[in-house]
Amino acid sequence: MYQINGYLEASTISEAIDYLNKNDNAQIIAGGTDVLIKTRERKGGYVDRDLVGIMRIPELKGIKIDAEGNIVIGATSSFTEVEENEIIKSNIPSLCTAVGSVGGPQIRNMGTIGGNVANGATSADSASTLFALDTIVRIASKEGIREVPIEEFYLGPGKVALNKGEILTSFVILKKNYKGFKGDYIKYSHRKAMDIATLGCSVMIKINGQIIEELKIAYGVAGPTPVRAKGAEEYGVGKEISQEVLNEIGEMCLKDTSARDSWRASKAFREQLIRELPKRAINNAIGGGFNA
Amino acid sequence: MLKKINCIINGEPKEIEVDVRESLLDMLRNRLHLTGTKQGCGVGECGACAVLIDGNTIDSCIYMAVWADGKNITTIEGISKPDGSLSDIQQNYVDKGAVQCGFCTPGFVISTTALLNKNDDPSRDEIRRGLSGNLCRCTGYQKILDAVETTVEQRRNSKK
Amino acid sequence: MENTAIGKSQIRWDAVAKVTGRANYTGDIPQKEMYHGKIYRAKIAHGMVKSIDVSEALKVPGVIKVLTPDDVSSYSFPTAGHPYSLDPKLSDKADRKILTRHIRLYGDEIAAVIAKTELAAEEALGKIKVEYEEYEFYLTPEESLKEGALEIHEGTKNIIADTTAEIGDLETGFKEADILIEHDCYTPTVQHCQMENQIAYAYKDVDGRWVCVTSTQIPHICRRILGQAFGMPWGRFRVIKPFVGGGFGNKQDVTIEPMVVAMSMAVGGKPVMLDLHREEVFACTRVRHAISYKMKFGFKNDGRIVAGDILAISNNGAYASHGHAVVAKGGGMVTALYKVPNFKYHAMTVYTNIAAAGAMRGYGVPQISYAIETFMDTAARKLGIDPFDLRKINMTKAMEENPLLHMTQYTMGLRECIEQGKERFQWEKRVEEVAAAKKAGKLRGLGFAAFAYTSGTYPKGLEAAGCRLVLNQDGSIKMMVGATEIGQGSDTVFRQMVAETVGVPVDMVYADQVTDTDTSPFDTGAYASRQTFVSGMAVKKAAEELKEKILLAALEFAEEGQEAETVDLDVKDCKVIKKSDGSLYTELGDLALKTYYHLNKGICLTADVSNKCIQNAYPYGGTFVDLEVDKVTGKVKIYNILNIHDSGVIINPLMASGQVEGGMTMGISYALDEELRYDSSTGKPLNNNLLDYKMPTMMDVPDLMVDFVEIPDPIGPYGNKSLGEPPNCSPAPAIRNAIADAIGVDINAIPITPQKIIEVLNAKDKEV
Repeated sequence: MYQINGYLEASTISEAIDYLNKNDNAQIIAGGTDVLIKTRERKGGYVDRDLVGIMRIPELKGIKIDAEGNIVIGATSSFTEVEENEIIKSNIPSLCTAVGSVGGPQIRNMGTIGGNVANGATSADSASTLFALDTIVRIASKEGIREVPIEEFYLGPGKVALNKGEILTSFVILKKNYKGFKGDYIKYSHRKAMDIATLGCSVMIKINGQIIEELKIAYGVAGPTPVRAKGAEEYGVGKEISQEVLNEIGEMCLKDTSARDSWRASKAFREQLIRELPKRAINNAIGGGFNA
Repeated sequence: MLKKINCIINGEPKEIEVDVRESLLDMLRNRLHLTGTKQGCGVGECGACAVLIDGNTIDSCIYMAVWADGKNITTIEGISKPDGSLSDIQQNYVDKGAVQCGFCTPGFVISTTALLNKNDDPSRDEIRRGLSGNLCRCTGYQKILDAVETTVEQRRNSKK
Repeated sequence: MENTAIGKSQIRWDAVAKVTGRANYTGDIPQKEMYHGKIYRAKIAHGMVKSIDVSEALKVPGVIKVLTPDDVSSYSFPTAGHPYSLDPKLSDKADRKILTRHIRLYGDEIAAVIAKTELAAEEALGKIKVEYEEYEFYLTPEESLKEGALEIHEGTKNIIADTTAEIGDLETGFKEADILIEHDCYTPTVQHCQMENQIAYAYKDVDGRWVCVTSTQIPHICRRILGQAFGMPWGRFRVIKPFVGGGFGNKQDVTIEPMVVAMSMAVGGKPVMLDLHREEVFACTRVRHAISYKMKFGFKNDGRIVAGDILAISNNGAYASHGHAVVAKGGGMVTALYKVPNFKYHAMTVYTNIAAAGAMRGYGVPQISYAIETFMDTAARKLGIDPFDLRKINMTKAMEENPLLHMTQYTMGLRECIEQGKERFQWEKRVEEVAAAKKAGKLRGLGFAAFAYTSGTYPKGLEAAGCRLVLNQDGSIKMMVGATEIGQGSDTVFRQMVAETVGVPVDMVYADQVTDTDTSPFDTGAYASRQTFVSGMAVKKAAEELKEKILLAALEFAEEGQEAETVDLDVKDCKVIKKSDGSLYTELGDLALKTYYHLNKGICLTADVSNKCIQNAYPYGGTFVDLEVDKVTGKVKIYNILNIHDSGVIINPLMASGQVEGGMTMGISYALDEELRYDSSTGKPLNNNLLDYKMPTMMDVPDLMVDFVEIPDPIGPYGNKSLGEPPNCSPAPAIRNAIADAIGVDINAIPITPQKIIEVLNAKDKEV
């Protein structure tokens, strides 16, 4: 049994928003793989809440390409749904890799991509790839819809730009940010499943011959929130890929990140990974050829 | 707070009154006495409580009972054939020595069932990934892998 | 004569029940009106309770009672699953109370709630207010042994025991040596992670006695400890063990049973269930002892060991539990493997403020194997001798007496294990492959490590076992044993033994679903890899007795003209036959029916045997491993790993290989991943859950190879020696040795995590 006060199953976004506005004790629950665990562990803010279920709201579901060729991912799409979706598979395979690295099959069947981002964890496996895609977060409230770039959505550890009465409804990935790109996500963790990342690194790269035309590198657990390595990206653009360039990209990534010492891993070890993983991810994305 | 839900459990339609604070695992074990589904951690880290919801595996310890409304649920008790005989997966777990203490076994059988329904010819790595949400401390997983591979092979041969 | 049941891959009798979810574990047994108990645990690591305020907790709807130390029995009791000792000097330390005001670890048991629902009990826990007087706490022996350290248990100086075992004269030995080699190493605190948490319920039965249904490895010992915890005659308690979801030693200890009985006593004998959370199991039940070793050995230039000095300091945590027995076992395992003519094994077991260390698969031998087998590789390199050769030069032989354990070994198959293992593993071919890989800049390496083990605990501990057999009306056999099935498969193996010796098919022998101290013969339980060896002796003896009775009954019920001598009769496949011509004498079923129902003759045939085993046999074996280290990320990839065992005759090859695979997996993650860690500023465990504690998933375990060298042991009831624990003794040192081969640096503390490898490699780069 969970120590909760009540449960409302919302069937529309506006019903959920109304409830959030009138009940200060309300808390959204999607797949439950985060909220229910915290409730079980009696974490502060997760006990005696009035939960609002949003998994039966049709507008929050589904993955589609809109008229402009942008990809829209409903917030309550499960990791499995994202991983197995044909649109994602054929356009952004690195996102499949990212969501496919979450937990194990049961967690991926219940956990949602929206929940992964909305709980504000730097270790969220989908987040760094969404960063590398310059994803736009769509948020609904009684005032209507607003859109926030994902980099601005994260405010700090566990803190995101959701105000009272707001619901994260979907992610929008603009065509220009995925079309023509290759990508890869590398999750470095102790175990190959059922684990949180020691470091996660996602790369999106557009190459012309051997010349880097565009480069995006994003990390999880390399700082209090997921983070982009913009200095390294700028350095890389226009360069011909070589071992030296890759090495320099790895070094430059250190400047954009701020890994910390924790009992799980030392700062020095994380920094070694920060240098190494983008090289491997780029190498994987472009089909190999370098000693990463 | 009680709430009435309707669902299908192991093929039987049920109307059940649940406390909104209950997990599906609580409901299965305490209300329906389907105790084949086990609790090993309570927080989705071990898979002992795995059941099928509309054919997909979930950990019933982190699934609210009220969510079961309208769903088709299969527990380990619903895996055997209607005549009580074992499914091929169960039979191979028995024959290949994949069972020791048995506490993780129902969850593994459930996850294997879902895996093979989705992918009838998984590679060794795909089997490992498909069952990676279930922990076992007795077997080192080797004989579980054997049991699943044997099932795949038998199914492939029976199709020929 | 060819075996009919021994050596066959019999399917375990309970497997069908387990794959269908019908096997009832403790939590699956329905009870009317069960109350739920929860334990209030200390939120400091060391100190005293100044006050407990339970008033708010009592107001939570559904709460029946809140217990504090004043409300429960205050007898001190031991918890280790050791047989009772008639010699008080050898008794386990009685240093535990059901509830305590003196807090010795984070999570120590201060109060308890009994409520109508688990949720109400949990809510009430949050409303108990405790004031503490905090003391300095110690996570390591180094800290708790420092000058002026507070005593965790009064009058102990934080030392549970400090012993030295010696052979010959160390100083003389060192003088004879051509070279002295030193080696320090460390093994960490790890946990069993059996999938079923500790769970028990208790009630007062209609006869006024206290019944405890519990997931335990040691029902008969548990009953005795309940007697001690309540200062009551032992017969007033009855312990019932249903199916058990794994133990690995964590349930070879009495952890929750006195508490749950105390809870039931507090509510007039109503049934109360105590079902620990995984986090509590990690933090507050038992762990494996972390042990640090300081070693100095003297060698002749030809590789012969002339002297060995080992200091082992064992972190026992907050309560004695199995205490010194675990580290003490190590000395005899060194002398089982190698001849050390001048030897000193100095062992200390020390209290600290972490979880109490108890029994865990291997009982100190994964630790000492790690120490001695990493040492042998290091020494081989320094001596310029092939590591296999160094081992062969020093290894013991069959028919030799272990100078510390004073038992003669009749078989010793380590040499055969090495030869057969090298071939099976294609060692020589791999040596070439690894050399080529190294040339190409890869960090690839090969490693081997050996182990020795025991079969049961004799002569250190009592080895008593019981078996009762009843010939049913149809010629089938009801088997009752006190030895405890916890998943390892002992009941299936016992059925094979009965079938073999009596002469019936295995499926004609029925095992019990539960072990019940009221009805199951006395046996000390599931531990020390003792069942097939020690309990197997009792089973064999009972089966022989029953068979003899069957043959006598056959004569008693012989038809006219059907003369025979018992010596010419045998039972085969449920038939009594004449050995001389193989002809049918009588069907066993017909005979059984007559023994039951003949109006004037015969009696029901039973055999009820209790047996004391006063011998031991040492299994041997080792691990071969081939792996590669990622030089940038520190990840270790195991290409192949082989465990090979001399466990004498293998009773059930399928189940035996299953035991080996499970043990290997534990050993692999012991080497690379697992460690229960503590916050040095609070003493709180950091990773007491299955997410942060890195027990391997199916994706993390490589393919496992298993092989056996079957040398029949004359002591083992069927030529067998032990097998349950040995498999996780040698993987960790073999992996460490292979990593050392791969990276060219010795890492002596496990787990060898990627970070540790990278730190070592980066330091090495700086040196160059």
